[in-house]
Amino acid sequence: MFSYTFQWKQALAKLPLMLDGALVTIEIALLSMAIGIVLAVVLTGFRLSNNRFLVAITTTWVELARNTPALFQIYMAHFGVASFGVHFSPYVSLLIGITFNNAGYLSENFRGALKAIPDTQARAARSLGMSAVQAFGYVVLPQMLRIAFLPMTNQMVWAILMTSLGITVGMNFDLYGVTQDLNALTFRTFELFALAAVIFYVMTKIIQIGARLIATRLFRY
Amino acid sequence: MIEIENVRKSFGPLEVLKGIDLTVQKGEVLTIIGGSGSGKSTLLTCINGLEPIDSGRIKVDGTEVHARGTDLNKLRTKLGIVFQQWNAFPHLTVMENVMLAPRKVLGIGKAEAAAIAEKQLSHVGLGDKLDVYPSRLSGGQQQRMAIARALAMSPGYMLFDEVTSALDPQLVGEVLDTLRMLASEGMTMICVTHEMKFAREVSDRVAFFSKGVMAEIGTPQQIFDAPQNPETAAFVKMTQN
Repeated sequence: MFSYTFQWKQALAKLPLMLDGALVTIEIALLSMAIGIVLAVVLTGFRLSNNRFLVAITTTWVELARNTPALFQIYMAHFGVASFGVHFSPYVSLLIGITFNNAGYLSENFRGALKAIPDTQARAARSLGMSAVQAFGYVVLPQMLRIAFLPMTNQMVWAILMTSLGITVGMNFDLYGVTQDLNALTFRTFELFALAAVIFYVMTKIIQIGARLIATRLFRY
Repeated sequence: MIEIENVRKSFGPLEVLKGIDLTVQKGEVLTIIGGSGSGKSTLLTCINGLEPIDSGRIKVDGTEVHARGTDLNKLRTKLGIVFQQWNAFPHLTVMENVMLAPRKVLGIGKAEAAAIAEKQLSHVGLGDKLDVYPSRLSGGQQQRMAIARALAMSPGYMLFDEVTSALDPQLVGEVLDTLRMLASEGMTMICVTHEMKFAREVSDRVAFFSKGVMAEIGTPQQIFDAPQNPETAAFVKMTQN
C-alpha cells in the first residue's frame, strides 16, 4: 500500500537550481514591497485628502486587494489585461499582481498607524515653522513606519509565499516554478516540493528574525 | 510688537472671540487669566496662525498674520509656542528634538544646531539629558524640553498656553521657574495660565478674559487687588481660595 521509495539524493542534486529560483523569488518579493510601500503611502495620502475622486481610487484599490484572491489579482495582471491587447511577461505580471496586493494591505496598515499618532504632533511641528510636507516627513512618517513595521514584515512574508502563484501565469524561474519544472522532469514530487517548502520556510524565518533585529536597532525609543 | 485689532473667531455656532483688542510691546510679559472656554487659548493659536480668524487683524512686527500673502512658516519662526501637552517627538532624542527645526527650517548646519540645542537645553536645566529619548523624562522635563525647542529658533516672542495644566503638582514649580527665568531675561511673553501667584509675580500686565471678551486689563496690582469689573473680582476671589 505504501510502495513509494524516497530518493532524496536526486532531489538534493537539484538544490542549486532551486536556490537560483529562490533568489528570483526574493527579488520579486523585495521589488513588490519597495514599490508597494511607495504606492501605499500615496494611496494613504489620497484617502486623507478631501478629494472624492482620490478617495474613491484608494477605496476601490483596497477593497479589491483585500477581498479578492491574490490568484485573481495575478491572473488579471496577465490574462485579464491581455484581453485588451496588453501583454506582460509572467515575471512582470506576477510582480504587478503582488505589488497591487501589497499596496492595498499596506495602505490600510498605514492608515491605522496614522490614527495612532496624535494630531498635536503635526501641530507642534507646524508651530516650529515646518511646512506641512516637512512636518509629515520628519515627525509623522517616522512614527508611522515604526507602528506599521511589524505588519510590513508580515506582508513581506506573504509576498514571498504569493510568488508561488506565478506558475498559473507561466512563471518558471522562481522557486516554485523551478520546482514544478523539475518535478515534471523527474517525478520526485514529494522530495522536490518538501525541499521547496523548507527553502520557503527558511526564507520567511530569516525575514522575521531579521526584522526583529532591525527593529531593535532602528527603534530605540 | 503684537497688535490685535477687533479679532473675532467662531467654531461653528460658538463665538469664542468676540472682538479682542490688545497690543503687546517688545519686552513685555502679559498673562491672560480666565475660566475655561473664555477664548484665551484660542487667541494664542490665532496669533501664530494655527487657527484662522473670522474678522479683525493680528499683526506681528507689522506683518499681518492672516493676510493672503503671508509666509506663515517664516512668521512662526518668530513666535515660539508651547502647549499644555508638550508634544515631544518620541522618535527623536532630546537633543534631536531641539535640533530638528533649526536645521530643517532655518537651514543651520549640524554642528551649529547641536551647539544651539545644547545651550538651550542647559539653560532649562536639561544639560544632562541630551541623548535620552523623551519617554525617559518626567512631564516637567518634557515640558522644559518643549520650551528649549521653541527657544532654539531664537523667536522674538514666546506664547505659553497653560503649560503647567497637565503636570503633576510637584512638577509645576520647575516649569514656572523656567518661565520666571525667561521673563527676567527680557523675553516678550504671552502666558495663558491658571497659576495666579505666578501671574502676579512675573506680569507687567494681566488680562482677564470672560466668554470671549477681554473684560479687564491692567497691572497685577489692579487686577488682583483692585479689580474694576465685578466678573474679574469674582474670578480673582474664587481662585485665591
